[in-house]
Amino acid sequence: FFLSHLQRNMGPDQYTHTKKMGTLPTKQEAEGHADWKDAEHRMGTSIMAVQFKGGVVLGADSRTTTGSYIANRVSDKLTSVHDRIYCCRSGSAADTQAVSDIVRYYLDVHSAQMGEAPEVHTAATFFQKLCYDNKNALSAGIIVGGWDKHDGGSVYCIPLGGALVRQPFAIGGSGSTFIYGYCDANFKEDMTRDECHEFVRNALSLAMARDGSSGGIIRTAIIDENGVERFMLPGNQLPTFYEN
Amino acid sequence: FFSLLLTSIMAGIGAGYDLYPTTFSPEGRLFQIEYAGKAADASGTAIGVRTVDGVVLGVEKLIRSKMLVKGSEKRIFTVAPHAGMALTGLLADGRQIVNSCRDEAQQYKRFYGQAIPGKMLNQRISSYIQYFTLHDSVRPFGSSVILASYDKSGPGLYMIEPSGVSYGYRAVAIGQEKQVAKTELENLDFTTITSREAVMEIAKIIYKIHDDVKDKEFELELSWVCAESNGKHEHIPEDLLAEANKVGKQNLEADQFGSDEEMEI
Repeated sequence: FFLSHLQRNMGPDQYTHTKKMGTLPTKQEAEGHADWKDAEHRMGTSIMAVQFKGGVVLGADSRTTTGSYIANRVSDKLTSVHDRIYCCRSGSAADTQAVSDIVRYYLDVHSAQMGEAPEVHTAATFFQKLCYDNKNALSAGIIVGGWDKHDGGSVYCIPLGGALVRQPFAIGGSGSTFIYGYCDANFKEDMTRDECHEFVRNALSLAMARDGSSGGIIRTAIIDENGVERFMLPGNQLPTFYEN
Repeated sequence: FFSLLLTSIMAGIGAGYDLYPTTFSPEGRLFQIEYAGKAADASGTAIGVRTVDGVVLGVEKLIRSKMLVKGSEKRIFTVAPHAGMALTGLLADGRQIVNSCRDEAQQYKRFYGQAIPGKMLNQRISSYIQYFTLHDSVRPFGSSVILASYDKSGPGLYMIEPSGVSYGYRAVAIGQEKQVAKTELENLDFTTITSREAVMEIAKIIYKIHDDVKDKEFELELSWVCAESNGKHEHIPEDLLAEANKVGKQNLEADQFGSDEEMEI
């Protein structure tokens, strides 16, 4: 115990390295201590949600890393907070799990009081409240997507600072930076459920191909009036594009 | 013995079980709360009607003194942009209810990021009012309230009594002449009535139920929250109020001098 304690304190500050997104390790860090032994679990991630008439399609990759080690290559980053409301989680695995647990509790109480299913906007507002009020402590980028009877399908993006933006589609996570162009070029209003599903899978596949922190399988969830349908696309069946 | 009997008779059926809201009678009644209900009805009548496109509230404001500045005694209040409340009974009590209602609506907006649905506001305010029937150190509110709201689910009309009991209504009346008003309201067709029509109907009813002998003059106060007001609760426009008063008066005269057929001796 004493030895590992020494080792831990010899290197540079753990959290400076892991909390900053996209920071390359120094030579000392890479060779000095194995960061994957102690680093916080992060979801480098590519996440996405697209609204269509009558519902939403949510998608995510499945890679959770502790430093450079892939702790879980089949993670499920699509988390339910209510019957027809899901969130896509990126950033710190612990932070996003904690926040979505709290939101699930609040939505449970709220829907019991209301006597009806909560609105997606309400779930998004809860996420925003937690992410903004605790912005200094959290590292959580969340996309909320779901269906409710007032607004139909809707997508809300809550990036790091705790802003809340409703969008027809939203992308997030470290992998999303590589697919802004693709998404802008290929998104169309009023796509069908299947067109949206294909759009999500193609976009995530491209992100996973370029981002080291994203990979594995593509998990998707389609939410509409009738409920949630979940899909899994194995890594060897991902749509392929230019590969030299 | 006889004086004791007399006292108990004169005290009414309450007789000893009506001193505190925290005492049940042998029949299981809470007399203080029932008395609070009587206090709540001791003022001009208030009426609410839920229409196809909104809710209309109307109050018969009895003018106690000619010295009063017109419009000074408000009986209808806006509690949230999309919700309003009409009071009867002890108005100071009622205004407390309005204040806490405003707080609830504001808190909800801050926490949930959206306007409080009518039925939630109704639940909250009913719980608040009911709280005061449970403790020895406080007394029940001597005021009944009618809550009008317009949210995503459409128009909502609720009435909360001093006991904290509340229901949703298509039309409701509280105050002095509530029984007469209720009978009149039953004639309305709620499947087709619009807010404008309801304004006129309520004016007619209030003019009709007003007791000229007991109370001298009254002032009509009307508000609505409907499609025409863009979902905002506000007092009806001046010209509409003038027309409502005119219609109310005309209808009353027509009633009084209407049918000659019964004048047979």
